[in-house]
Amino acid sequence: MFDTSIKLALTLSQIGAVMGVVLLTVAVLTLLERKVLSWMQDRMGPMEVGPYGVLQPVADGLKLFFKEDIIPAGANKIMFSLAPILVLVPALIGFAVIPFGPNWTIDVMGVEFKPFVISDINIGVLYILAFASIGAYGVILGGWASNSKYSLLGGLRSAAQLISYELNVGLAIVGVLLLAGSLSLVEITEAQAGGFWNWFAFDPLPFPQFIAFVIFLIASVAETNRLPFDLPEAESELVAGFFTEYSGMRFAFFFMAEYANMILVSCMSTVLFFGGWHAPLPFLQAPGPFAWVTGIFWFTAKVYFFLFLFFWIRATLPRLRYDQLMRFGWKVLLPIALGNIVVTSLLAYIFPNG
Amino acid sequence: MATFVFLYFAAVIVMAASLVVVVRNPIYSALSLLVMFFHVAGLYVTLHAEFLAAIQIIVYAGAILVLYLFVVMLLNVKREEQFNRQGPVALFLGVALLTEAVLLTVSRGFTVGTPEPGREEAAVGNTESIGELLYSTYLFPFEIASLILLVAMIGAVILSKKGIMESQ
Repeated sequence: MFDTSIKLALTLSQIGAVMGVVLLTVAVLTLLERKVLSWMQDRMGPMEVGPYGVLQPVADGLKLFFKEDIIPAGANKIMFSLAPILVLVPALIGFAVIPFGPNWTIDVMGVEFKPFVISDINIGVLYILAFASIGAYGVILGGWASNSKYSLLGGLRSAAQLISYELNVGLAIVGVLLLAGSLSLVEITEAQAGGFWNWFAFDPLPFPQFIAFVIFLIASVAETNRLPFDLPEAESELVAGFFTEYSGMRFAFFFMAEYANMILVSCMSTVLFFGGWHAPLPFLQAPGPFAWVTGIFWFTAKVYFFLFLFFWIRATLPRLRYDQLMRFGWKVLLPIALGNIVVTSLLAYIFPNG
Repeated sequence: MATFVFLYFAAVIVMAASLVVVVRNPIYSALSLLVMFFHVAGLYVTLHAEFLAAIQIIVYAGAILVLYLFVVMLLNVKREEQFNRQGPVALFLGVALLTEAVLLTVSRGFTVGTPEPGREEAAVGNTESIGELLYSTYLFPFEIASLILLVAMIGAVILSKKGIMESQ
């Protein structure tokens, strides 16, 4: 009983810490996105709140918190309230299997405890994919329950888009799974130790997964509804898509879910293709008991690089048309992803110790 | 503890499954099905079949049910209006199934047999053992299943391309 309560306390504090960091990053990202976009468009971005505008997320949060909560007439109240939760929870729950530091097991009063991953389950990748696919429900239901044609159209588009691109995300990962021989994110990270030439995106033998990484990145931009794939919420066509009718905290939930999804996808790119917490060169990794310092540093650096990439893509590319989106997903990405699986498995068979 | 968890999952599964049929609004019906899928996945987890649990959610909840919802929304059915005359058939099937259930309960007593959990092998994970079985013992049924899926896929393509081919 004592062991169980210690384990429970440790796990709960770990969950609290991870959720705290993730939600803090979400707040930082809302500011960072506006700043990065502004710099790319040669303007200043938010400057009013606090020095250099750094307190803008606080102001935005307060504003959303005190806004009136409007439920449109004719909306389905239960579904309307359920939808934002169904979007946010799957976005946050995925972080449970992400290893963000060395795979250590420490002993706390007779209880084994892994400090740098909440739960090392042997189907980690599938777990994330499963909950990512649940996120679609919130979007569809939010669009349907609003009783508005813009919302409904946004929800429909989003459902088609999510189903199409989910497939590409899954198939892009298969190559990595073949090379790592495991579905556990911890073991996938361990298989990439030693330097950037061992990361699956670059590892020359049996086959570098860089193409798979590009497919994964494109498909995950589509999964997170970001530009150039933001058809579900295309401002110039659908007002705001599936969350047109939402306001106040419910709107904030959709907003937070989008950013949390971006962080999750960046974490997945880092772990699957870019070595997780491993340093790019062996001597950049602190030895022995200090490995966790550099580990967390490199992990954070890589994740922020991918987040920057998201902003960069948004500032650069125009939105695709709906038929272009579908054609691109099914006729371009899918065949390449399948080809990558065939080549990878053939080469992994020929060079088993590559 | 294990029995308690099992009973919880079983109760929710039965309740959600009957809601799927009873509820009039097709959206609520689809959502009860979602709840049911999750609890079936939970049941798999208690049996140490984590791979099956994840696949259950990805395939059924994440893909098939989303397609259902998609169709329901496209048609925008708020309430199911039609009423099929299925009463006699439903009565017959219901009575048959109920008799079967009662007979089974009477013949085996009221004890709930604890389901045997899958072997917890330290070295080989759940996914590996399923993969090995699929590609050795059950290779033939596996290939047959993929062939059936291929036929269904070709059928779908032909059906959707029918109009285009006729117009040419």
